[in-house]
Amino acid sequence: MMANGGAGETPVIRIEGVAKSFGGVPAVAGVSLDIARGEFFCLVGASGSGKTTLLRLVAGFETPDQGRVLIDGEDMSSRPPYARPVNMMFQSYALFPHLTVAENVAFGLEEERRPRSEIRERVFAALAMFDMGAFGARKPHQLSGGQRQRVALARALVKNPKILLLDEPLGALDKKLRERAQLELVALRERVGITFVMVTHDQEEAMSMASRIALMRDGALCQVGTPRELYDAPQSRFAADFFGVANLFGGRVTEAGAAVDCAEARATLAVADACTQGADVTVMLRPEQIALSKHAPAAPNVLTGTLGNVVFLGNAYVCHVVLDSGKAVQARLSPADMAKLGALATGDRVHVSWEPSAARVLTS
Amino acid sequence: MSGRRSVALLSALAFGYAFLYLPIVILIVYSFNDSRLVTVWSHASLRWYAALLENQQMLDAAWLSLRIAAVSATVSVALGTGAAFALQRLKPFFAQRGYEALALMPLIVPEVLIGLAMLLLFVVLGDTIGWPERGATTIALAHASFGMAYATVVIRARLTQLDPALDEAAAILGATPWRTFRRVTLPLLAPAIAAGWLLSFTLSLDDVVVASFVTGPGATTLPIVVFSSVRLGVSPQINALATVIVVLVAVLILTATLMTRPGQRDGRRA
Repeated sequence: MMANGGAGETPVIRIEGVAKSFGGVPAVAGVSLDIARGEFFCLVGASGSGKTTLLRLVAGFETPDQGRVLIDGEDMSSRPPYARPVNMMFQSYALFPHLTVAENVAFGLEEERRPRSEIRERVFAALAMFDMGAFGARKPHQLSGGQRQRVALARALVKNPKILLLDEPLGALDKKLRERAQLELVALRERVGITFVMVTHDQEEAMSMASRIALMRDGALCQVGTPRELYDAPQSRFAADFFGVANLFGGRVTEAGAAVDCAEARATLAVADACTQGADVTVMLRPEQIALSKHAPAAPNVLTGTLGNVVFLGNAYVCHVVLDSGKAVQARLSPADMAKLGALATGDRVHVSWEPSAARVLTS
Repeated sequence: MSGRRSVALLSALAFGYAFLYLPIVILIVYSFNDSRLVTVWSHASLRWYAALLENQQMLDAAWLSLRIAAVSATVSVALGTGAAFALQRLKPFFAQRGYEALALMPLIVPEVLIGLAMLLLFVVLGDTIGWPERGATTIALAHASFGMAYATVVIRARLTQLDPALDEAAAILGATPWRTFRRVTLPLLAPAIAAGWLLSFTLSLDDVVVASFVTGPGATTLPIVVFSSVRLGVSPQINALATVIVVLVAVLILTATLMTRPGQRDGRRA
């Protein structure tokens, strides 16, 4: 699968048919991907999906068995990590424990053999950018988790790399700090203007931060697109399930682009997506696209069932319904819609309905 | 903790320490004894320390021992650092436990056997290539062989605790492998390397068994002098000398322990 970033312009990262296996077990299997300048690109997937290996291939910590990585159009195959215009932030932050905060940040500039005065200025500016100016003389173990993360960012950005790779950068933070750090990272990328490539296993984190996402599975790209595309138009059951909640009905197309016979729903469902007659497909519905009613509505797709739990989330209600076919579905209703429904109790008979255009037909 | 239980614990502790240190304390006390007889107390004096300072044979042996210990400790640490790295880096490719056990063999093989094996090796080497001549060189080599095992254990322990991402962080910041070793790995290993050096140094300084096997004419280390002079009758000088050695070794061991004590936060994995 080839996903093109900016039209015409050389992508800042081009991954061409890269494969890598460890001891005969493939970690990355034939991935091709272009990442455009200035993107906030997220690699997501379960553990073992190859996302971290792909990041390490870009950094140069691993060498591909097949294919190559180009940065700014230049082949990186013979370039070790220390000669690539790339920097990386590690999950453990990997701050040098024997050096002070300022010495940590200065490390990369010293390796570039910059003049002393320039190093001092740039370290100062980098620390100031992350509000760490007062902590230059501290050792890493004297800092809190959030402060360490900021030092790691300052160290990674002080050399003005073309690309910043981030390996689960927020994994070590607690939930509250994490949400703030997500916003800060997105704002940071806009400020510095360089390309960020981040690995995360957290789909919500990817959705809220990325300009584009690559979903990985078994070392291959499953789907690449904007968060919106992945949520609204997943191309596979796996992608639909990975991002948010999906109600999935397996079935066979009985009328091309119009009707799918679903055994799981014990009904023929009207759809609007393109599909070929006789194909085995899955009909996918997001919970917020399903309407709930006590009386049978006049709609093309209506299924009946029994109301199970209703979970109040503050801004929405999630209603669990067991259809007469035995299939469990979720509907997400706003408090206003819930109020219109009137009193409902567990065990009540309900109708679920949706517009044909709201359902996606997944061919894999 | 109840009062009674703490009394019991404290007695156990006192007894344990007495068992360990009473002989040494007696030895130290009697080193300040003026009497010619080791076991009879007359009055306090530094007489035997003065006599020790004039005993040229003893002083030469002490100087030789110190030099052998320094050389063998340095060789031990150099080889031990290499071995620790090899064990760490090749971990995924070798059945590491087997090799690790091999590297640490001298820790469990009886010293008499090591001494004998070393002697045989040096005899064969001497016959075939004419090197090394038995004496200080062979003692230093033999000591380095088991000192290296100890140094490997100490340095390896530290190396396993280091976050492997530190090396990668240095690399991605532009440091070549050699620069990474010098600027990151070596400083973080320094306490363990120093501890390994002190440990090997002490082991070499103490050793009488292996040294007796591999020594040659003219190379008499301090422990050998002490051992042979005790056979001719104990002079209180030995007590004075032993006191000096005990203090020296205690200081070295204490320093080594402090350098590798747990709770040192530098460079540990989170």
